[in-house]
Amino acid sequence: MTAHAEPLHGHDDHHGPPPANQSSRVDPRTLGMLLFIGSEIMLFGSFFAAYFFVRVVNPGAPDHWPPEPYHFPVFVAGVNTAILVTSSFTMHWALQCIKRGERAGFLAGMVLTFLMGFAFLLTQVVEYLNVGFNTSDGAFASVFFGLTGLHGAHVFVGLSLLGMVIIRGFRGHYSPEHHHGVELPGIYWHFVDVMWIVVYATVYLL
Amino acid sequence: MESPFRSEAAAFRFLLITIGAFALIVIMAVISTALGFLTFLALSAAAVAMYLRQRGPTPDREHVATLGGPDERRVLVVANETVQGEELLSTISTLALIERTQFLVVCPALNSRLKTFTSDEDPARAAARARLDVTLARLASVGIEASGEVGDGDPLVAVDDAMRTFGPNEIVISTHPPGKSNWLERGIVESVRARYDVPVTHVVVELAAGTDD
Repeated sequence: MTAHAEPLHGHDDHHGPPPANQSSRVDPRTLGMLLFIGSEIMLFGSFFAAYFFVRVVNPGAPDHWPPEPYHFPVFVAGVNTAILVTSSFTMHWALQCIKRGERAGFLAGMVLTFLMGFAFLLTQVVEYLNVGFNTSDGAFASVFFGLTGLHGAHVFVGLSLLGMVIIRGFRGHYSPEHHHGVELPGIYWHFVDVMWIVVYATVYLL
Repeated sequence: MESPFRSEAAAFRFLLITIGAFALIVIMAVISTALGFLTFLALSAAAVAMYLRQRGPTPDREHVATLGGPDERRVLVVANETVQGEELLSTISTLALIERTQFLVVCPALNSRLKTFTSDEDPARAAARARLDVTLARLASVGIEASGEVGDGDPLVAVDDAMRTFGPNEIVISTHPPGKSNWLERGIVESVRARYDVPVTHVVVELAAGTDD
């Protein structure tokens, strides 16, 4: 015996408030992410301003940076950069997979992205422990830890988002039609990578 | 304009471009610091120029449900400086004669970019309100039923707002002649035609002086 429940209201009945006016025609969630990234760019901009100020007023500028006898671990950071950039490729691959309905590829891509992001963060911690200077060693050290630490905090936030996507992914969420929850962390992750390229080139290489 | 972070694919593309750009900057900086700085400036300028030249995706045409009764026609009139033009008033009078018509006149509070960014919009709204009041009084004097409101400084947003609150059957947009009209230069009439599935009438008003719509 089966039971059949009739809906209490017809399909045309509307409940709740009317839909909000959306003059911008941008998806509200995407717009929220865009505004968030805009504020992030301004935050990074302020840290870069402090960095360039300290670098310009450095007594040895522009030839000696960082001041003698300190050195930045360029090679280790370069390897870390390669890891982070690669994680963007796996992130992109994961999203393409879920768009095609390839769940195994999606999950593999997300896990790889997470692991590489985690490896980046772990390497940065190790780098901090062995870099040979601390925040008390001068303004250059403060801006170095400030800028790279700010980026590291963003990687941590990105990893948290990726972690949520992975958990939801293993629970069977997301499909070729519904993958907005992967798209937005993906945008954020690429943004974090873009900022690292700028930080690495500016702080370590130039 | 399209944001480089509008989607994951766009953000990924932007990341690849960033890698290429900074690789070039670093190589040039190794050769000479000044060369690296100049490369950075040139690439930044090129990126901004490309970004500004991009055209955003064309939105789908939107169906607008009219909010009027079965025997009522609703016409949205959008104009600013030309709102008192004889050509526009003549068009409104002609439409009013055809059938019972409810008009909503919207005057966008046009403002300079600097004043918009600094929220200095009171004078622009006051000027739009003054023009609107004169026009409504003139329409009332000849027996035309019309209401009015001051709209957003962006005429497209002003139209979008009015479409949702007024639900018209037809839109009338009044501008200065080609060559004098900022709205025509920005393609406002074409944008409204492309965006909504209601008839759009374009009225050209020749005023003695003034360049804003």
